[in-house]
Amino acid sequence: MSPILKLLAQRIALGLLLLFLVSILIFAGTIILPGDVAQSILGQSATPEALANLRAELGLNDPPLQRYLSWLGGLVQGDLGTALTSGQDIASSLGNRLKNTLFLAFWAAIISVPLAIFLGLLAVRYRDRWPDKLISAVTLASISIPEFLIGYVLMYIVAVKLRWAPSVAMINDSMSLGQKLNSIALPVAVLTLVVLAHMMRMTRAAILNVMQSAYIETAELKGMSMFVIIWRHAFPNSIAPIVNVVMLNLAYLVVGVVVVEVVFTYPGMGQYLVDHVSKRDIPVVQACGMIFAAVYIGLNMIADVVSILANPRLRHPK
Amino acid sequence: MSETLLKVRDLKIGATIYPPGEKPRDIEIVHGVSFDLEPGKVLGLIGESGAGKSTIGLASMAYGRGGVEITGGEVWVNGRDILKSGLNDVRKLRGGEVTYVSQSAAASFNPAKQIMDQVIEASVRHGKFSKKDAEARAVELFRKLGLPDPENIGNRYPHQVSGGQLQRCMTALALCPEPDLVVFDEPTTALDVTTQIDVLKAIKEAIRDTGVAALYITHDLAVVAQVSDDILVLKMGDMVEYGSVDQIINAPKEDYTRALVSVRSIDHEEKTATSEPVLKVEGVTARYRGTNFDVLKNINVELHPGQTLAVVGESGSGKSTLARVITGLLPPRAGNIHFAGRDLSAALGGRSREDLRELQMIYQMADTAMNPRQTVGTIIGRPLEFYFGLRGSEKRKRIVELLDEIEMGEAFMDRYPAELSGGQKQRVCIARSLAAKPKIIICDEVTSALDPLVADGILKLLLDLQKVEDVAYLFITHDLATVKAIADSIAVMYQGEVVRYGGKTDVLSPPFDDYTDLLLSSVPEMKLGWLEEVIANRKMESAGN
Repeated sequence: MSPILKLLAQRIALGLLLLFLVSILIFAGTIILPGDVAQSILGQSATPEALANLRAELGLNDPPLQRYLSWLGGLVQGDLGTALTSGQDIASSLGNRLKNTLFLAFWAAIISVPLAIFLGLLAVRYRDRWPDKLISAVTLASISIPEFLIGYVLMYIVAVKLRWAPSVAMINDSMSLGQKLNSIALPVAVLTLVVLAHMMRMTRAAILNVMQSAYIETAELKGMSMFVIIWRHAFPNSIAPIVNVVMLNLAYLVVGVVVVEVVFTYPGMGQYLVDHVSKRDIPVVQACGMIFAAVYIGLNMIADVVSILANPRLRHPK
Repeated sequence: MSETLLKVRDLKIGATIYPPGEKPRDIEIVHGVSFDLEPGKVLGLIGESGAGKSTIGLASMAYGRGGVEITGGEVWVNGRDILKSGLNDVRKLRGGEVTYVSQSAAASFNPAKQIMDQVIEASVRHGKFSKKDAEARAVELFRKLGLPDPENIGNRYPHQVSGGQLQRCMTALALCPEPDLVVFDEPTTALDVTTQIDVLKAIKEAIRDTGVAALYITHDLAVVAQVSDDILVLKMGDMVEYGSVDQIINAPKEDYTRALVSVRSIDHEEKTATSEPVLKVEGVTARYRGTNFDVLKNINVELHPGQTLAVVGESGSGKSTLARVITGLLPPRAGNIHFAGRDLSAALGGRSREDLRELQMIYQMADTAMNPRQTVGTIIGRPLEFYFGLRGSEKRKRIVELLDEIEMGEAFMDRYPAELSGGQKQRVCIARSLAAKPKIIICDEVTSALDPLVADGILKLLLDLQKVEDVAYLFITHDLATVKAIADSIAVMYQGEVVRYGGKTDVLSPPFDDYTDLLLSSVPEMKLGWLEEVIANRKMESAGN
């Protein structure tokens, strides 16, 4: 087997193992949460008999290991269980939410990743001069302000004063792509501002690191212009660290958007999760946890693989 | 009548230095250098490190490395003063009219791009050739430079070809845009001697065939004598002597040039073995973890008290691995190491403090072998505390003794490594190993990073110390001149095996085995026409076989 395939197989196996460990953590974590589903479904006035009946019905009296194994068995087959509060199949109601979250994350990524890398290159080109300092200052400021604040400020300026985009980002299947994009413009802008600084600064640092190399001097002595040097000679050698931080931020776009979704009442995973945490609907929380973990692990695995593939020594063995 | 291609007048170059604990300050590193270069001629710039030779070479491309800045003078290329040209003109000059070959092609090629891409980049980007023409020209150059498979080698990545091949690719890169001038900056210094001779030949023929002019920068006078028409000798940024190669080599006027020409003046008589060996390596076979070939194969050598065993070979021959095995860093798969009448434990963890004390080591890079935040006194004092429990005035007395032994003296006690020269740093490392009163010191390429005159001083010091302290050296080196200077016995290593072993006189006298013959005949000699002679001899031999 070629060394690359072996490495890839190792990474994937490692990812699956990690996911399995996470499933244990999530299950254990939700079990030790305080509160009682039966109580929250039936309310304060429920009789002890009714509570006991409901608990038995929901399987809450089984030993934890047995509950874990049956839950894991369902997971492996794609069955996320049913929501305790509404009795609906989690997989189908979550599917729509996940689609919306990915839609938002996708457009935020499409804008922020190229923008961050371009700004990073620009910062290197004008290192320690005003464009570099301006880019650093603006991106740092935007990452330092809490995202809900950016969200409300943007909402006030863009939606309320200028009336360019709606303040509430509701989307549904009957809308055209254009309408959807108009609707999510504000949350996308907020997310972009939040993830930009990290990626841009990493791009800048990774490229500056490479700029010390002897082959950059070679390129300079070939009479290449600064931008050719950065783009053709420095960037290809700094892909690995850049990809890692990009993937980390993409994962954040999927997993960490809870606040933004709530601010803009966007029908995504985050809101769904928050709703059901407050209702102590354990199966839904567990399912969301597993999906978030899978996204996180998956994206980081991709980052690993790309870093490996970016190394010419591995792609082209002697 | 030919117009002067490169005319340098009163060139002054400055740099900002950052001495530890002081304010940064500007210093001048080249103090008014002038020379001319006619088209098609080769000028050798020679001097020790710090002479400013690379800096001058790069100044001919209007380039200053790091914080280096050209502060005065004129550099005329093809009738233009390039120091007064704008950035765009300078860019056209670089990679077009003047190109550059660096010391380490391995570092100077972009690891992420194919060789061809990089070789033709300047030609194509400057609009000198179309991509197709440039590629055809590159293949032609690969062929001329004697690279294997010239049609396809350009599709490889830098890590896929050997160091010597990459250095030739770099030469192709420099010649591809049909420049008027190539700056060769120590192009063969990082190569093994047997590889150096091929690259030197390729460069010389390429210069002759393309009619390009060259600045050839090196610290090795024997090398520059083979390729240059004229030589400019530099010392600490000053011109020492400027003349034809014949005059410089055969009739040097200045003392400094004479010292460079006659370096390696040590005459060391071989000592014969008198007593039991202090170190006996028996049938050692070793490999690195996770690999499946032996880097050492059945090694048997002995070292006698107060003597020097030189282990000589090219990179990859296993000589440093042998040091790792002896010091216990790499336990061997088979074989034993007897030391001072006892068996040494194979692994470092199994060795007593006494074993560690009696077997010391000195490294190639004195820089990285010392803690930059400790003073010389602390560095030398550490083994005195560790092995002998010395404290206070006793320790101080011994440190001063050691500093005297390495000819540096008490004044250096409170200095930091960064304040020392390369030779002084290596001397401190020697003192540190002597402080343990060892029976053996393993010297791993200890003079390779030093200038010839400084290296000479270190070797003399080591020989003197050997007489006084009765310490034995296991001297690892790739440099045969060093071997001749200090060895009592020699082991020649090739691909993990000892191919020749014995007393110095025996090993260095014919009849030779093939490899030793190749190695010995590849060492550049300080005489004109040596390169042609060797190549002609080798052609005759291969024709005769």
